[in-house]
Amino acid sequence: MAKYDLNDDGVVVVVGSGAGGGTLANELCQKGIQVVLLEAGKRESNESFVNDEWSSFGQISWLDSRSSSGTWRVGKDFNGLPAWICKTVGGSTTHWAGASLRFQEHEFRVKTEYGDIDGANMLDWPLTLKDLEPYYAKAEDKMGVTRTNDVPGLPGNNNFKVMYAGAKKLGYKHCHTGRMAINSKPRDGRGACLQLGFCFQGCKTGAKWSTLVTEIPKAEKTGKLDLRPESHVLKIEQDKSGKVTGVIYADADGNQHMQKARAICVAGNSIETPRLLLNSENSHSPDGLANSSGQVGKNYMRHMTGSVYAAFEKPVHMWRGTTMAGIITDESINDPKRGFVGGYEMETLSIGLPFMAAFLDPGAWGKDFTRKMDTYSHMAGMWLVGEDLPQETNAVTLHSENKDQHGMPTPNVHFDDHENDIAMRNHAYKQGSAIYDAAGAKENYLVPPYPSTHNLGTCRMSADAKDGVCNAHGQTHDISNLFISDGSQFTTGAAENPTLTIVTLAIRQADYIAKQLSEKAI
Amino acid sequence: MLDLDLTRREFLQTSGTVLMGTIATSSGILSMLAPSQTWALELTKLDKSTGHALLLATRQILPHDTLDDAVYALVVKDLDSAAASDDAVAKLLTDGVAQLNADAGGDWSGASSDKQAAVIEKMAGNDFFEKIRGTAIVSLYNNEMAWAHFGYEGDAWKHGGYLKRGFDDLNWLPDPPADASPSAYAAE
Repeated sequence: MAKYDLNDDGVVVVVGSGAGGGTLANELCQKGIQVVLLEAGKRESNESFVNDEWSSFGQISWLDSRSSSGTWRVGKDFNGLPAWICKTVGGSTTHWAGASLRFQEHEFRVKTEYGDIDGANMLDWPLTLKDLEPYYAKAEDKMGVTRTNDVPGLPGNNNFKVMYAGAKKLGYKHCHTGRMAINSKPRDGRGACLQLGFCFQGCKTGAKWSTLVTEIPKAEKTGKLDLRPESHVLKIEQDKSGKVTGVIYADADGNQHMQKARAICVAGNSIETPRLLLNSENSHSPDGLANSSGQVGKNYMRHMTGSVYAAFEKPVHMWRGTTMAGIITDESINDPKRGFVGGYEMETLSIGLPFMAAFLDPGAWGKDFTRKMDTYSHMAGMWLVGEDLPQETNAVTLHSENKDQHGMPTPNVHFDDHENDIAMRNHAYKQGSAIYDAAGAKENYLVPPYPSTHNLGTCRMSADAKDGVCNAHGQTHDISNLFISDGSQFTTGAAENPTLTIVTLAIRQADYIAKQLSEKAI
Repeated sequence: MLDLDLTRREFLQTSGTVLMGTIATSSGILSMLAPSQTWALELTKLDKSTGHALLLATRQILPHDTLDDAVYALVVKDLDSAAASDDAVAKLLTDGVAQLNADAGGDWSGASSDKQAAVIEKMAGNDFFEKIRGTAIVSLYNNEMAWAHFGYEGDAWKHGGYLKRGFDDLNWLPDPPADASPSAYAAE
């Protein structure tokens, strides 16, 4: 592994080692570019991951102080935990379930397709599906996505059997075990899925793609990567010419260092990325870096989500096997006749008994709650995930008083559901329940959103610099050597799980950065 | 056996406050898991009557009729630990139990279940109630005895996953066709 000097101003600094940052770092290293990858969390491994929900939660989650506001139910149920994302090498790819879906063509141009909508800050992406298709193909190959590149689908588990039976009775046409970045057979030096059912807890077999087990080890082999775990970036420095020159980060002991850089790529997930830009305000950029549009931290999206669990007469044992290898895509179309724009996916989901207690009906108690818990082994479950609309008032801001362990202002996440989100959720609850009713459910449980795992849009890309923070390559409009490299770039959220698109954008961005470096444009 | 792994001998050696009980013979699975029929839980901060009162309060807040007291005792253990490390929590819990006693006409632990339910209903949402509920929603369901009771199987890695242990053994619905759900990979 490389070790670069703090004063080496020829390196590219990548902040965050998840889907965006971890992939970008590897892609740059493969091109011979020197990369310092700063990750706030520790480095775990397949060996150190645990098949225990609460222990794992303590091991890999981002648990630094955060607050939330707004009328969303997460703000009430989990006020100090607006997001369920990770602080560990590999970021939230250690936690993700593996669902890898391309966005649909119309989802890149929703302002045009859906029109202007009251309360929503609609905008078309500055790129198209056609622009991304070659990079989607590279991402799918890199990640070993099932049902692409002749990689077979995963075998369906018990939870999928229930979904499939209900879907077919209801007349849905597109139901299968998904496009999953989980090996259905050995590939790329990693084994096949052993159906543990602990995808969320850091896959112990390594069958699931994560930057921890793929991109980062490959980058290390190039000799170009200087990975520094437990390095929490607090501030980005900017010189009088407007270029960014380095980052200040705190190490494991809280000691602060300044790492110089030729270019800086921020991939801290959509809460930490804008937090870092806002906290880096200076006399040149009094409202925070790259914020001439005023859009840094704005348009926070978290997907319309919800879950339906259903109790059956006979046991299901839904926790056995791949957590999310099951999908119905029929409702992902845009069909405003349903009473909302955009669409949603229905995906199998299981949580263990400990998390079921925490999430089934947060705050509930008494006999009605325990009666439902008593049906645990007979439950099937699905997650509903759909496009939510960007709203300028949904925003990540710096808390005016609270500071974290490094003295950096904590982030506040403000979110109100748009009425379109609510209409979509109600439709999804109804359809999810109908699926389980068709499969013979005794009772359905409509479960409210969990803390957000899909955090998007807070530094969105735009054709016009006044509408967003970065261009179609994630390069900030204001600062040519500062890049946004995670889901914060998303102009809008689409219905699909975001990781495949984050990886796709990172591969594309690496090509662009390499070109800019070689042309000495940055 | 987690926190209940206190044998009778250890119980006799301890000088602290001890909450104890006997696992009901109806709790078949627990009887097999537990090292002995008798369980004992040492409290470091709270006294025995407070511990017992909290156990009964937890039973009212999250009532699973056939779930053994031995599992509810784990909630008391965590409340006791919180009280031991924070005087404010200790006061919240002891004051809360005093209120339970007062509202129950003097003896909460001796009151009928109906009376206890009415007392708890009145307290719902206050800090004392939320401390118990918030602790119990984790502790009660996060131990191997509870997992056995509810049928959850916990750690899959140590058993090699479910690939050969029933990930797709549901047989009361038709199997999906191979294009929707291909066969599992079989090593050559």
